[in-house]
Amino acid sequence: MDIKLTIDGKEIEVPQGTMLLEACRKAGADIPTFCYDPDLKLAGSCRMCVVQPKGWRNLVASCVTPAQNGMVIETESSDVVEARKVVLELMLARHKLTCHTCEKDGECNLQDYCYRYGVTESRFAGKVHNLFKDDSNPFIERDYDKCVMCTRCVRACEEITGARAINVMDRGHHAHIATAYDGSLEDSPCVFCGQCIMVCPVGALSSKIAAGQGKPAQNDKVMTTCTYCGTGCTFELNVKNDKIVGVTSNRDAEWSPVNKGALCVKGRFGWDFVNSPERLTTPLIKENGEFRPASWDEALDLAADKIKAVKEQYGPDSISMFSSARITNEENYLAQKLMRAAIGSNNVDHCARL
Amino acid sequence: MTNSINELENDAKCVFLIGTNTTENHPVIGYKIRQNVLKNGAKLIVADPRRIELAELADVYLPFKPGTDVALFNGMMNVIISEGLADREFIETRTEGYEAMAKVVENYPPEAAAEICGVDAADIIKAARLYAESEASSVCYAMGLTQHTTGTDNVKSCCNLALLTGNLGKPGTGVNPLRGQNNVQGACDMGALPVVFTAYQAVTNDEAREKFEKAWGVKLSGVNGLTLTKTINKAYEGEVKGLIVIGENPMVSDPDLHHVEEALDKLDFLIVQDIFLTETAQKADIVLPGVSFVEKDGTFSNTERRVQRVRKAVSNVGDSRQDWEILCELSTRLGYPMSYNSPEEIFEEIRTLTPSYAGMTYARLEGKGLPWPCPNEDHPGTPFLHKEKFNRGLGLFHAIEYLEPAELPDEEYPIILTTGRSLYHYHTGTMTRKAKGLDEYMPENVVQINTELAKDMNIIDGEVVRVATRRGNIELKAEVIDGIRENVIFTYFHFAEAAANVLTNADVLDPVAGIPEYKVSAARLEKIQ
Repeated sequence: MDIKLTIDGKEIEVPQGTMLLEACRKAGADIPTFCYDPDLKLAGSCRMCVVQPKGWRNLVASCVTPAQNGMVIETESSDVVEARKVVLELMLARHKLTCHTCEKDGECNLQDYCYRYGVTESRFAGKVHNLFKDDSNPFIERDYDKCVMCTRCVRACEEITGARAINVMDRGHHAHIATAYDGSLEDSPCVFCGQCIMVCPVGALSSKIAAGQGKPAQNDKVMTTCTYCGTGCTFELNVKNDKIVGVTSNRDAEWSPVNKGALCVKGRFGWDFVNSPERLTTPLIKENGEFRPASWDEALDLAADKIKAVKEQYGPDSISMFSSARITNEENYLAQKLMRAAIGSNNVDHCARL
Repeated sequence: MTNSINELENDAKCVFLIGTNTTENHPVIGYKIRQNVLKNGAKLIVADPRRIELAELADVYLPFKPGTDVALFNGMMNVIISEGLADREFIETRTEGYEAMAKVVENYPPEAAAEICGVDAADIIKAARLYAESEASSVCYAMGLTQHTTGTDNVKSCCNLALLTGNLGKPGTGVNPLRGQNNVQGACDMGALPVVFTAYQAVTNDEAREKFEKAWGVKLSGVNGLTLTKTINKAYEGEVKGLIVIGENPMVSDPDLHHVEEALDKLDFLIVQDIFLTETAQKADIVLPGVSFVEKDGTFSNTERRVQRVRKAVSNVGDSRQDWEILCELSTRLGYPMSYNSPEEIFEEIRTLTPSYAGMTYARLEGKGLPWPCPNEDHPGTPFLHKEKFNRGLGLFHAIEYLEPAELPDEEYPIILTTGRSLYHYHTGTMTRKAKGLDEYMPENVVQINTELAKDMNIIDGEVVRVATRRGNIELKAEVIDGIRENVIFTYFHFAEAAANVLTNADVLDPVAGIPEYKVSAARLEKIQ
């Protein structure tokens, strides 16, 4: 059954059980959040999404408060704005403000909300922890001096991947994200899928493979399908100056139907082989046991001559082709067409059996 | 897969994994199965000689002997039939061949199957009940099931189990091979197989051949071609004289690498099209540089038959060329001109000849793609197959007896060697070993050895040991673990310098599929003094 409520003067209807956050967004309100993630269990912990129901004593966290019939909500009242500013100041109190070198610069929720509410510094600056985690793994950088304790990484690790490698350690001002016994990721059940990076709203977690090559916010993004296993995960290639500089998730099921942005270590961190200096850049012809560079015309003419000579002497079935499970459908189609129509044999296979 | 990936998270009430280390080899599918167990309480059965990650969550874990799959399936089916758990209505209305199958299965009471498989009969009974009694059961497998001399029998047994319990044609069920490579499904769909054109239209079928002859304007051979494994053997025997290899690396991926090398050495020519100078490319006469997935447009078809776009993000490297352009150039030089303006134009030709892709266009594939069959432009694609009937009409049971693997342990080679992949590498390592993080994290091969076996042989974790089979030997570090059967050792095939396939057997293949028995080789473990 639908219920009616008024949000910023606008009357809307939502199904019973809808949380205020969703109702507010439906009404067009821009509610800031850190800990809220539509794919994860609700935490209701960051208090950034507070709104003001008329006649209630307190502001409420909209992500965990069910909408009620007849509610009148203000989403940007002076009390709400003041509360959000305090939340931001508390976060800044232990946030290493190194935006200029931060990978997340330009798409950081903390940066965006501080800008939105004009919060430049914190009244609560006090003891600063050194929580940067010197983790020797080659994939994930953990700089908890930038952590806002939203716990989305903890929930993604448990609820998407199921690795359960990290959790909140200690309490109060000492609370921080850690593996069991606060060790390295390598010594934990972590499988380096990087779902934690995907959900981190700030720059506390980032890719070591992509580090320093281009801030994701400034890179061009091209959706494509992963080149590794047969699951068919899709992701965004990050491109800067005609070079691949990273991989990020697109969590929209319309674009990522299989994986909704979730990836594995190879998909998220195994892309840099495309930039390897060992890539082949020119055709090669072997002479006296050594390769020498050749022009395309020379290499293709020689290839055709060799194929024709063997075909003439021994017949088309003396030639075979291994096509590839790596190349595209279009290329596989042409490969078997070449073998069947141009050479005249059905000797075409690929590594489906291996 | 008969069914789709997300059903494993949302619809399956019981998942039976056999011969798939899902969290390592199809990690995202592994996450989904795990979440289904943790969040929805789905039942999980795991059969694998190694105690894989998902075994920890399993309701039943069957650490069965490599190569005893048929006995395990028959044992489970024996329980299902004798306890009256079979889906009688489904068997009567949708299948045939039940009697012959049931007669064979009679010979496999759980105790007898347990004896063959080296597991507890009680666990076979429990697995059978869980699978048969759940509302929707899905069986998933990978190369652990297929890479046997009885690979085809194993898959048919899998189908028997699903047919017996009516676990086909509805969400959360199915017979679901998890395919190991980005476009292995597509390569098969596109007819990169020796016996079929696109969409599995047989080259021996006159009607199909005439269709392609008309479309391509050329007379075509109606003789089945050679499989990859047979090609190598025929090259060795001197019957295959020339080989074109595109983006494959048989010098690491194929069985018995010494044999592969000798076979390639005998060729009149070897042409390799690749992005790296692979171990195979190094043996070539001519190397043609293609482009990687980030430099090309096209489509891949995933394991659930979903055709998705691949998009060009950056320019070709150096003087490398688009793979489709190389093929067109070569074909034209061979006197059969091929000319296209783009991959999309090629796709348009594909759909006119490929009924299952007929309704797909690049415009329709934008976004989330389409799972085949998609026979016309109004068709939404098919998330799961066999809803009302099977392609052949009735689902066919096969009566299948258990056969032993080709090479069993003996006095000289007393251990079973089985091979596979790691989470951190992919196939022959051509790409992952040039990915900085992956190569740093896992720079070398290891052989997994059971703690008891290691203790008996006085081998410690990290010690370099030698693994030998009748084909050859490799030296690599030992990884001593509990989670593997005592007389089984496991190693990865990604590493050319300690290549598992030096050890594997090329002589005996599955008689139907021609797949090598990578999962069972008789081996000897040696200490290096």
